[in-house]
Amino acid sequence: MTTTAPPVPTVDVDPFSHEVLADPLPMQAALRDAGPVAWIPRYDLYAVARYDEVRATLVDWQRFPSGAGVGLSNFRYEEPWRPPSLLLEADPPHHDAPRAVLAPILSPRALRRLRERWCADADDLVAGLLDGASGRRSGAELDRRRADVVELDAVAALAAAFPLRVFPDAVGLPPAGRENLLPYGDHAFNAFGPANDLVAKGAPRVAELSAWVASQCARDVLSDDGFGAAIWAASDRGDITAGQAPLIVRSLLTAGVDTTVHGLGACLYALASNPAQWDRLRARPDLARVAFDEAVRWESPVQTFFRTADVDVPIGGAVIPEGHKILMLLGAANRDPRHWDDPDTFDLARDPSGHVGFGMGLHQCVGQHVARLEAEALLGALARRVERLELAAEPERHHNNTLRAWGSLPMRLHVT
Amino acid sequence: MGDAQGDQLVVTTKEVVADGVVTLELARPDGGRLPDWAPGAHIDVTLAHGATRQYSLCGDRWDAHSYRVGVLREIDGRGGSAYVHDELAVGDVVAFGGPRNDFAMVPSPRYLFVAGGIGITPLLPMVHQADLIGADWALLYGGRSRSSMAFLDELARHGDRVHLHPQDEAGLLPLAAWLDEPSADTVVYCCGPGPLLDAIADATAHWPPHRLRTERFAAAELGAPVRDEPFEVELARTGTTITVPPQLSVLAAARSVGATALSSCEQGVCGTCETSVLAGVPDHRDSILADHERAAGDCMFPCVSRSCTDRLVLDL
Repeated sequence: MTTTAPPVPTVDVDPFSHEVLADPLPMQAALRDAGPVAWIPRYDLYAVARYDEVRATLVDWQRFPSGAGVGLSNFRYEEPWRPPSLLLEADPPHHDAPRAVLAPILSPRALRRLRERWCADADDLVAGLLDGASGRRSGAELDRRRADVVELDAVAALAAAFPLRVFPDAVGLPPAGRENLLPYGDHAFNAFGPANDLVAKGAPRVAELSAWVASQCARDVLSDDGFGAAIWAASDRGDITAGQAPLIVRSLLTAGVDTTVHGLGACLYALASNPAQWDRLRARPDLARVAFDEAVRWESPVQTFFRTADVDVPIGGAVIPEGHKILMLLGAANRDPRHWDDPDTFDLARDPSGHVGFGMGLHQCVGQHVARLEAEALLGALARRVERLELAAEPERHHNNTLRAWGSLPMRLHVT
Repeated sequence: MGDAQGDQLVVTTKEVVADGVVTLELARPDGGRLPDWAPGAHIDVTLAHGATRQYSLCGDRWDAHSYRVGVLREIDGRGGSAYVHDELAVGDVVAFGGPRNDFAMVPSPRYLFVAGGIGITPLLPMVHQADLIGADWALLYGGRSRSSMAFLDELARHGDRVHLHPQDEAGLLPLAAWLDEPSADTVVYCCGPGPLLDAIADATAHWPPHRLRTERFAAAELGAPVRDEPFEVELARTGTTITVPPQLSVLAAARSVGATALSSCEQGVCGTCETSVLAGVPDHRDSILADHERAAGDCMFPCVSRSCTDRLVLDL
């Protein structure tokens, strides 16, 4: 393949290096400021980082399809590491039926039946952390445990614990093996990037984790009242095929856990490091959804996705050649000062509507309402019981080729 | 974003394609992207005097900037089709809602499409799509006469997959001959007048369930007419009442007085801004709610939906 020097600014960065993953903001600014589109030589890759171009690329499924993969790997030439997703890595017309089936199953109206239970579950989780484990509540013990301050790792104890408590039940998974969900998702999101050390780290367990996930998608393994059963019921009606049903369940298990965990982690970090915003949330608990979406804008748990140009596509005076990959920096778009006022500030007075943290268009996160409901339940429970959140030590990043994540968030919770 | 100009379309082409049938091509006044759709989808078009009609999209979904609809002059109609045929002109602007899809294509190795008259419109993009994915398919297309049957030129390239039955030459569609033997791997899509839909339901009564999918193109009477005057919206959480003029969305109007209303796509697609309706009758323009959910009237998407009544009370 010959590569002619493209008439676009060159930005020599590695978006998947540990240095950038530790702090992607300088790279995001460099790519945004270079122009509407930039070229990253080490991957022979075009990149869009400004809000308008990222959004336009996301919605343009006709010219920027997903079927050649939404990672760096081009499925036209390279074998995918697993059978491609029927949603994320598919285009119309094949994408139509799976999406049409899944969207109503995960719609706000369908989730209403879960709201009360999830709020009670969140209250219970928070009470367990603040009051000590239930069953050990002798009077003195309770008094002692009702400390004013509780110190914990907010990733493990809250951001991961809550989704893992409610989401697998909602899908209908049996109890055994749920500890496989996070490592499977982590690898899947690493696999959108280059074959670097992060991918190598996950490789030894890929076969085992993939087999476990595949086994959980079977009809007889799933409960009869969850999202999984609803997907299988759609295959009974002929709205999807019986062959498609397990792969659509797999999408829930791949995309529905790590993303929410890291979104909640981002939100808790944002609130802990901006005490005035926590006070605002406590005063107005109905801002929980705004707080979560503002955190998704501010931290962009899903940082990047790729598309492949189906024809030569002009962007900002340059042309993305047919067959080339284009990197969309969702995180950069969500902090683009051309679109947002004071983008680096986490602010509940802001209207974060229109952020691209869930994507936009045909492939926009079909589970976004599930994530918002989880966030609303958890933030509501915390706001009722916790007067102040503060970081107790330096938090640690968890590096992933796609996800912006916290590995640990040591926090002190000041109990009301 | 947020203004109601987003739900307007301008007529860019008007063409007579058969006796009594015109096609319209519609685009955003600013030429921007239109909401995505799939075969079987229709849009609600609001004509002069607030009359709303549903038209199946029969263009090319790979063209994101243009919709095409086909309109039959209905002799006994309520005036909507006569208006489109006689008065609506290139350059005119109409309001629209949707697209919505109650007639979506499901995956199948084999399709039988059955069209009666203008019922060809939703089936035309299905035919294109079946061809694209390499499915085995056939189209039975009946009409009063050859000259009344639209899109014959576009269908010609499909050769003997297309079976034309002009009634004055070939009689009624030979449904029994095609449907006597239930097929294990065929889905039947039918759109046309009521008697055709009744006949095909009878002809497939012995088929396994869910194999016949139909759409009546003579849509049921819609509820209260869409209004183009301002209406009032009470925001129940603060008690504030606002007036929503035609050029502003309910969402934008609510935000202008400080209401917190999260949204995302602002096209009535993603569902983020779903809001409970406490009183009044919403004028649904979204792509999300099914007919029974619309009829319930208990929620709406204020990024695109408006009001049929003088006053709406929303949980905002």
